[in-house]
Amino acid sequence: MKRLLASIALCLAVWLPAAGLAQQPLPRDSVYQLDAPMTDQSGRATTLAARRGRVQLVSMFYTSCRYICPLIIDSGIAIEKKLSPAERQRLGITLISMDPKRDDPAALSRVATRRKLDLQRWALLRPRAQDVRPLAGVLGIRYRELADGEFNHTSALILLDAQGRILARTEQLGTVPDPAFLAAVRKALAAK
Amino acid sequence: MRRTLALSLLLLPVLALAASTGGWVRLPGGNFRSALKYEDRNQVRIAPFQLMETAVTNADFLAFVKRHPKWQRGKAPVVFAEDRYLQHWAGPTTLGAQAQPNQPVVNVSWFAADAYCRAQGARLPDWNEWEYAAAADETRLDARKDPVWRERILGWYARPSRSALPRVGLQAANAHGVRDLHGLVWEWTGDAGSLLVDVDNRKQGDADKAKFCGAGALSMNDRDNYAVLMRVAMLSSLEANDVTANLGFRCAK
Repeated sequence: MKRLLASIALCLAVWLPAAGLAQQPLPRDSVYQLDAPMTDQSGRATTLAARRGRVQLVSMFYTSCRYICPLIIDSGIAIEKKLSPAERQRLGITLISMDPKRDDPAALSRVATRRKLDLQRWALLRPRAQDVRPLAGVLGIRYRELADGEFNHTSALILLDAQGRILARTEQLGTVPDPAFLAAVRKALAAK
Repeated sequence: MRRTLALSLLLLPVLALAASTGGWVRLPGGNFRSALKYEDRNQVRIAPFQLMETAVTNADFLAFVKRHPKWQRGKAPVVFAEDRYLQHWAGPTTLGAQAQPNQPVVNVSWFAADAYCRAQGARLPDWNEWEYAAAADETRLDARKDPVWRERILGWYARPSRSALPRVGLQAANAHGVRDLHGLVWEWTGDAGSLLVDVDNRKQGDADKAKFCGAGALSMNDRDNYAVLMRVAMLSSLEANDVTANLGFRCAK
């Protein structure tokens, strides 16, 4: 009997704090209201809302993109470099493909390996085809597929709080972070 | 004789109702010279499709939100529909005096319009499908080169929007059989988010690859067609959760 009570107590001790976050209703302005199913770079099924719980940098890209998309990754890395180790641990970086037809987990994984991305913090996600337009919609990204499979698209790095609310965005990409955006990232990481 | 007359008189209102609140119109598609200049093609190929004869009405949309309560005003998350969503309705499930049943529904976001169409087993039309359907006047499938036709459209755009919206279906059908693509409300397209426009029009045609990655901003094939320019400006200025008081939609499949 004592052992049963002890294991119940243990379960509650683990479950309650985690459930606390999940039980809070999702804010009406959270992008996680769009609960889109995705596959990550290792082929694991996940959802957009699974990124909830940590401050996130989010963007959309595609692996065969030659112009700007490498700069999106550079921007994420550049921001990480400016953070303290403690800050870095609290930040997630989520890149969502706008080309799920070609960006299968193998293609995403190749990018992660080539750029040496720490997959404890970075996630490269492949949505369903029908979710690309809605995802771009909640993130304020515009894109158009061209006949040759390339994409014409805007590029932004979007800062989300732990509940998925958009705090800031920047279109200044590359190895030198937008200082105002970096300040917003730091502020978000310091919150709570 | 009198019985036949009586019967036909009975049928007339039914037919009129069918014509004005409309079903689906079949459009054959084909090659279409878009008013937008695409860097990768000259003509766009439009597959045969169906388009609603008239825009979705307040009554249609009310039925939808009753069946799908998460799309009611107040329940729909702000990320899908901004705070002015359906603000002209008296309540979340009540139309009221400012929203006549047969007026085209307005104050709806792209997400709400998209959800409505999916619930009908349909979708929003593509920009090219919409423009192809709208190129027609009452007698010609493509009237875009006619300056008189263009003036008619611009005349409508110049009317102040404070007067009450007419009911759907009052205008004559175009050569395809579709009504009110001009002269009633602006309409969402499924790929409104694909309209990439540079606000500085001195850059028209320049490949600003850094901003739009890959191809630069869209520019116009037909610079005299101000109506198309205005529609592009309108849709490209909106976020997917935005609403306006004269933007509605119809579905395609």
